[in-house]
Amino acid sequence: MTDLRLLADAHRDTRGGIIEFFHAVQAEHNYLPEEAIKEAARVFGVTEPQAYGVATFYSYLSTTPRGRYIVRMCESAPCHIAGADQILEALKKHLGIEVGETTSDGRFTLEVTQCVGQCQGTPVVTINSTPYVDVTPDQIPAILNGLE
Amino acid sequence: MVEQLHIAFRNADKIDPNKIDDYLAVGGYQALAKARAMDPKDLATEVKSANLRGRGGAGFNAGLKWGFVPAGADTTYVACNLDEGEPGTYKDRLIVEKDPHSLLEGMAICAWAIRSKQGYIYCRGEYPYIVEHLRRAVAQAEERGVLGDFKIDVRMGAGAYVCGEESALIESIEGHRGLPRYKPPFPGVNGIWGEPTVVHNVETLVALPEIVSRGADWFAGIGASNYPGTKVLTLTGDVVNRQAFEVPTNITLRQVIYDLGGGVRGGKAFKAAQVGGTSGGLIPGSYLDTPIDFDSMRLLGSFLGLGTGAVLVIDETRDIVDMLTRVAKFFEHESCGKCTPCREGTFRLYELMKKINAGDGSDEDIEKIENIGKVMLRASLCGSGQASPSPLLTGIRYFRSEFERKMKARV
Repeated sequence: MTDLRLLADAHRDTRGGIIEFFHAVQAEHNYLPEEAIKEAARVFGVTEPQAYGVATFYSYLSTTPRGRYIVRMCESAPCHIAGADQILEALKKHLGIEVGETTSDGRFTLEVTQCVGQCQGTPVVTINSTPYVDVTPDQIPAILNGLE
Repeated sequence: MVEQLHIAFRNADKIDPNKIDDYLAVGGYQALAKARAMDPKDLATEVKSANLRGRGGAGFNAGLKWGFVPAGADTTYVACNLDEGEPGTYKDRLIVEKDPHSLLEGMAICAWAIRSKQGYIYCRGEYPYIVEHLRRAVAQAEERGVLGDFKIDVRMGAGAYVCGEESALIESIEGHRGLPRYKPPFPGVNGIWGEPTVVHNVETLVALPEIVSRGADWFAGIGASNYPGTKVLTLTGDVVNRQAFEVPTNITLRQVIYDLGGGVRGGKAFKAAQVGGTSGGLIPGSYLDTPIDFDSMRLLGSFLGLGTGAVLVIDETRDIVDMLTRVAKFFEHESCGKCTPCREGTFRLYELMKKINAGDGSDEDIEKIENIGKVMLRASLCGSGQASPSPLLTGIRYFRSEFERKMKARV
């Protein structure tokens, strides 16, 4: 795991690049530890509440720990009418968790998300932002088991 | 049979998007060289006379936007809006996947007109692999020196629909919460870090090399006269062909759905189309012969008109009220919270739709939705709050019977 102080310093030259820094932290930790907020404030010259404000505004950033795989079900209108609710039920059933929760082995976090721009293949699930299109409920076990 | 016309998709599936040599071989970056030989003022005049209107949803005249940049400004920026958050829309992703250099060249042409040395591509957080794809293309372009002294940085969003609004996008690039700004001043005068900035959608920018190569008159002569050129439409929902098509702007919605789209899937009857994205109005079958140009669509009651060009087809089996409840949920989730009409309005609209969808609604609830919608339309700080009541208001206007069917039993 990269030292957060070093990672923050590596983003110093991107003016206003606090989001880029937060993405880099999440690439390793899948969430933003408190120390990352402090480092962001230090490097980008803002207060900690301001850095925390950025961390909590954007839906892909999380200040609470998440699993290795963020499983997101799109719930916007095109996916909704294509049957997203049934896919979500299958995900909840297979993972044994509710939306917003993480499996006890730390592997999967289940979230709902808004349109991810793959509407040619509704309903859409993404796992760590990789899209799975034209998903049916019976495909869920194979999709999740297929990950390392 | 409707013929597609490819401007944005001119090189799509014909070149390897990962190879700048392929782009150069089909004449890539020659338009930029031609533009750079022009006086920036003449270039701006040419683009203005092409009547290129923004393809991101607002339909604002591109050349007019350039005119807001003060002459003699020391530092100016070009920003590309690749936030593409409008549900039903996937055109910008496809354009960039298939032809990233057309975007870089378009940005550089805009930069020449406003004397800019720095560009930013704001790529939504949902497309991380596109960020890498674009960074590779920029590195190739820099290595070949085709961009001259114009630099392009690719910056990232992190999941916020409102950051598709140009001033919220600017705030996000600056490292802030993505809250829209009070306007005036407009970005053309006070944008990124207070400097004059022109923000354009991907599809708008990739038209520029073609306009420079073939001339403003050529572009202005295509499609509808008040919204010329082509539009990339992304079809989704209960339509046979869920894919993107690029067509002149004077074809009708019926041609889009039945010619290009192959009609309603499973042989079902058409009920409605939602055009422009999830903030677009619902259009019933009686208006299928309306042309798709921005202004014609707007006359049907949607704030956004053609919007992004997303076309969501809804068949006879779909529950309009249930779908609109999900749409209301989206806007409540995405409201940035800055202005009262949208922050409170989206909350209440979702609450009212849930109530109606659950069978507990009344005529008073419908009236409340209409009143709140009117306030949001007039008083919201940004286009998101202004547009978001449109689906509900057009739903009530054209599909009131579906709302009535769900009302509490009347005494």
